[in-house]
Amino acid sequence: MGSNMAEAHPVGFQWVIEAKKRGARIIHVDPRFTRTSALAHQYVSLRAGSDVVFLGGVINYILSNNKDFREYVAAYTNASYLVSPEFQDTDDLEGLFSGYDPDTASYDMTSWQYQGAEEATGEPGQSSSEAKEQATGLQHESGGPPLHGPTHPPSDPSLQDPNCVFQLLKRHFARYTPERVEEICGVSQREFLEVCEAWTANSGRERTTAVVYAVGWTQHTLGVQFIRASAIIQLLLGNMGRPGGGIMAMRGHASIQGSTDIPTLFNLLPGYLPMPSASTHKDLETFVDAIVGDKQKGFWAHADAYTVSLLKEYWGAAATAENDYCYDYLPRLTGDHGTYRTVMDMVDGKVSGYFLLGQNPAVGSAHGKLQRLGMANLDWLVVRDLAMIESATFWKDSPEVETGEIVPAECRTEVFFFPAAAHTEKEGTFTQTQRLLQWREKATSPKGDQRSELWFFYHLGRRLKERLAGSDDPRDRPIQDLNWNYEVHGDEPDAESVLKAISGYDVRTGEQLSAYTELKADGSTACGCWIYSGVHADGVNQAARREPKSDHEWGWAWPADRRILYNRASADPEGRPWSERKKYVWWDEEKGEWTGKDVPDFEKTKPPSYRAPEGAVGVDALQGDDPFIMQADGKGWLFAPSGLQDGPLPTHYEPHESPFGNALYRQAANPTRKVYGRTDNPSDPSPPEPGSEVFPFVLTTSRLTEHHTAGGMSRTLPYLAELQPALTVEVSPALAAERGLEHLGWATVVTSRAAIEARVLVTERMRPLRVLDRVVHQVWLPYHWGSAGLVTGDSTNDLFGVALDPNVLIQETKVATCDVRPGRRPRGPELLEFVREYRTRAGITVETGTHVQTGGPAHVEEGER
Amino acid sequence: MNSFYGPLENPAADAGYVQPPPRKGFFTDTSVCIGCKACEVACKEWNGVPDDGFNLLGMSFDNTGELGANTWRHVAFIEQAPPAAREPVERGPVDIGMPGARPPGAASGAETRQDFRWLMSSDVCKHCTHAGCLDVCPTGALFRTEFGTVVVQQDICNGCGYCVSGCPYGVIDRREDDGRAWKCTLCYDRLRDGQEPACAKACPTDSIQFGDLDELRARAAARLDDLHADGVGEARLYGESPDDGVGGDGAFFLLLDEPEVYGLPPDPHVPTRDAGRMWAAAGLAGLSLVAGAVAAFVGGRR
Repeated sequence: MGSNMAEAHPVGFQWVIEAKKRGARIIHVDPRFTRTSALAHQYVSLRAGSDVVFLGGVINYILSNNKDFREYVAAYTNASYLVSPEFQDTDDLEGLFSGYDPDTASYDMTSWQYQGAEEATGEPGQSSSEAKEQATGLQHESGGPPLHGPTHPPSDPSLQDPNCVFQLLKRHFARYTPERVEEICGVSQREFLEVCEAWTANSGRERTTAVVYAVGWTQHTLGVQFIRASAIIQLLLGNMGRPGGGIMAMRGHASIQGSTDIPTLFNLLPGYLPMPSASTHKDLETFVDAIVGDKQKGFWAHADAYTVSLLKEYWGAAATAENDYCYDYLPRLTGDHGTYRTVMDMVDGKVSGYFLLGQNPAVGSAHGKLQRLGMANLDWLVVRDLAMIESATFWKDSPEVETGEIVPAECRTEVFFFPAAAHTEKEGTFTQTQRLLQWREKATSPKGDQRSELWFFYHLGRRLKERLAGSDDPRDRPIQDLNWNYEVHGDEPDAESVLKAISGYDVRTGEQLSAYTELKADGSTACGCWIYSGVHADGVNQAARREPKSDHEWGWAWPADRRILYNRASADPEGRPWSERKKYVWWDEEKGEWTGKDVPDFEKTKPPSYRAPEGAVGVDALQGDDPFIMQADGKGWLFAPSGLQDGPLPTHYEPHESPFGNALYRQAANPTRKVYGRTDNPSDPSPPEPGSEVFPFVLTTSRLTEHHTAGGMSRTLPYLAELQPALTVEVSPALAAERGLEHLGWATVVTSRAAIEARVLVTERMRPLRVLDRVVHQVWLPYHWGSAGLVTGDSTNDLFGVALDPNVLIQETKVATCDVRPGRRPRGPELLEFVREYRTRAGITVETGTHVQTGGPAHVEEGER
Repeated sequence: MNSFYGPLENPAADAGYVQPPPRKGFFTDTSVCIGCKACEVACKEWNGVPDDGFNLLGMSFDNTGELGANTWRHVAFIEQAPPAAREPVERGPVDIGMPGARPPGAASGAETRQDFRWLMSSDVCKHCTHAGCLDVCPTGALFRTEFGTVVVQQDICNGCGYCVSGCPYGVIDRREDDGRAWKCTLCYDRLRDGQEPACAKACPTDSIQFGDLDELRARAAARLDDLHADGVGEARLYGESPDDGVGGDGAFFLLLDEPEVYGLPPDPHVPTRDAGRMWAAAGLAGLSLVAGAVAAFVGGRR
């Protein structure tokens, strides 16, 4: 679900084909019939953005038919834990959970806590509205958020207490019936139940089921909760930590996993350590305490060692115990510094310079016009790319030049274009979706002025250090003291010497560390990314291993070369494999250690029978049957008492823009979604707001195999450009008839932001759906086109506005509403008038779509009213 | 003397090679093709084939159209109802899933829509056992390699175009700019270096399999059995039989529908099949002329 794997990840899809040949059943759930659907046993079309209803229906099916893997659920999840009696669910509050504040559109999570933790959370900490601004949800990718309160929360092992998680889950999902799935998703009950039966029948002791998703799930205002819902299913069915199970995120590019592990994100440090917040993380001690929580279990208890080792790697000898290891050199967050906020700040004249590295926001980011107008209002812009992309040429050939909104002679931005080396022209690692680092050799040397990213940053840092060497301004100290010693061959830095620093070393001896468990908080170790520690163990580049058909001699997986996370769960509470067929990691009684086909994700000699002594915290508090060792309670979370901005349980909300109201609750869309109420970021109205009929169709977008994202790597190449030479819009035969669209003719797609034109493909792969007693049409476009390259066209992302998920600040570009009409769009200033007329007809104001709580206050930026 | 028709154990030996290596070929299993077109791109990259124009064809996701001088691998896309959902027809015309032949799915709605499938198949030169192109080539530009494949020598081709009409599959084609004939070489240069052809190397799902033809035929038979056992009764092999009109293809296919649906001829045969009969007829005609002439003279003496 939420993935078109055959088209977007064809190389990875070979393994799905391999599994199919060995008897696996493949089910594809997607708004549109794709090349993935073509290879699946069963295809189910659903309305874009209705995924929680579908998945919630599966949860309800499992619980009402007692199809859960009860032994697994009882032992390894938090099903038995008791939640505060103060907690109120969406059933009682018209779609909201307890603790909602309409003014900040965020939750106070106190009432979501386990019993006994309510008072503990009252300590001074980050407010939830501030946490939302800083997208703290991103910080939990390598393990759960901290908890407060007792190390072992009160529980009811019989799962009968009305306040236990299991019973809450049952009540919460009771309204997600097959009938509701049919009404809201447009999926027939027969198809839906077939999926339920297949999924549950293929899970348990003997069998496991895997879930694959991609940005079809993430790029929604409710995306994190889609994934959460699938996690609940996989936990209920015992599909986590076991071979053939799990939830796999197909990443958007090569090494996107790597660029969150060692992040390019504003709110993260390497290894999912948070970027410090100005308001709460005053010093190293408070920073570490906030990560560890109090009296909690698990390996986050060593956050001090991870942090100090990172600071030692950044600032070397300058980092000492006396100066908090230069903790104060780290920048501090003061709010939302995400990419969309930054672009709006560019429009508002608050940003002077911008680096774009392998990114083409003029085409690839939501609300292309906003992106381009922001970039047109800078002092300088650095673009590093393989080809002259739209984000480097917007000042002379963007749609805004045509409409007169950007005048090339007056555009103030100075653009510096640096030709970049391609991945074949430089060495380094890719980290793929399964956390596997694979080393890549340089195949050929870059030509002309093309240089690697590593070269660019190494020499930028070197030059900055030289420039600031004589400064006595304290603000320059972080750069002056920066540990910037890498091997250089000619003028090219040695990538492996960077990998060594990432892997970690003993500061005194220089010896490479073998695992993160060797990291110390006393300044004696340095490590650029704690979860990558050991990738250069024994002085060997472990990521460069290439033994074919071996389990463990191909590349290196973080952490500790572990191929399946939480694999303690592949054995039963006593440490025996759940079944011979699914044997993976188990307890060897004779040797007194965990063993098996993988590196056990558990302390090697901690027996299954281990019970933590009274008062134990951290790793010692993990019981012998607590497999989820990065979670603060050692359990898989069916209910998330902490860490999610939009609720402890997935709840269906309509997309930010939808032709329908919420059939399940009064609350229409995600009550904590991030909106930006600005006149340059209008929203199409959604019920109960008037005017939604002006944009009657559901718009969804995705990729084609033949092109790569914003097209810089594919529209510039003849062999790829010829395979998909034009922007197309796919419509069903029924919609074509309704709107007079002709196959291969032109159509104009309109939202409150933009109107773009595309060639029409009439195809049965698009299917009208019956939703809530009327037929709704879905419209699909790829988003690869722009004004540069061998094949050009309008940019689909111009159609979208900026509305974000509150946990991770991802934009909703997989669903919106639109209108479609035959023919080409107007040209020049008439285009602006055309779109303005739509806004007028729909009654759109700056407040439209910003009533985050349905019927609640509008969230409009200052000065916009 | 080269044979022109019928089963032939070893075309390379038939062409005069002494102890040639095993015959090489492709088995294209369209049941696992994901339509990624990596084969088209890899082929062009390796062989330096120019682009074929940036034309939106509207034939589902196929914007290449057909095999030609500048397209040596071509992926066809067919949108259609699956066999079970189709009206049973006695032996009528085959629905070839062409957009434009009728408004696609004009009857489909939220409720009436039936199951649907999307076939994808990568087509290529068949490297026939009896190759029509080779047999008619007057310059010797086309030749049989030691691997049993058929290759054009571009420095010899004079662009006469006989091969174009000689190919029963419509594969070989002349380039407009230089007039010479071009087609898949089964990566002859890579084969000589012990490497597999570029398309097979690039295929992510092993839809395109390269190897010794005998082994590929055995593999295809096993795959066909597996699919039939899994209930995919419509699966069939195309071009694998030495008894067909070209003596069997060096590049053969597993299809999920009639060959016409994929744009393949249902019953291809090499033009030289009829050469013997034609020569016999011509000879007979000549003989009767001679006989007539002789008779006239002989008769005249009387």
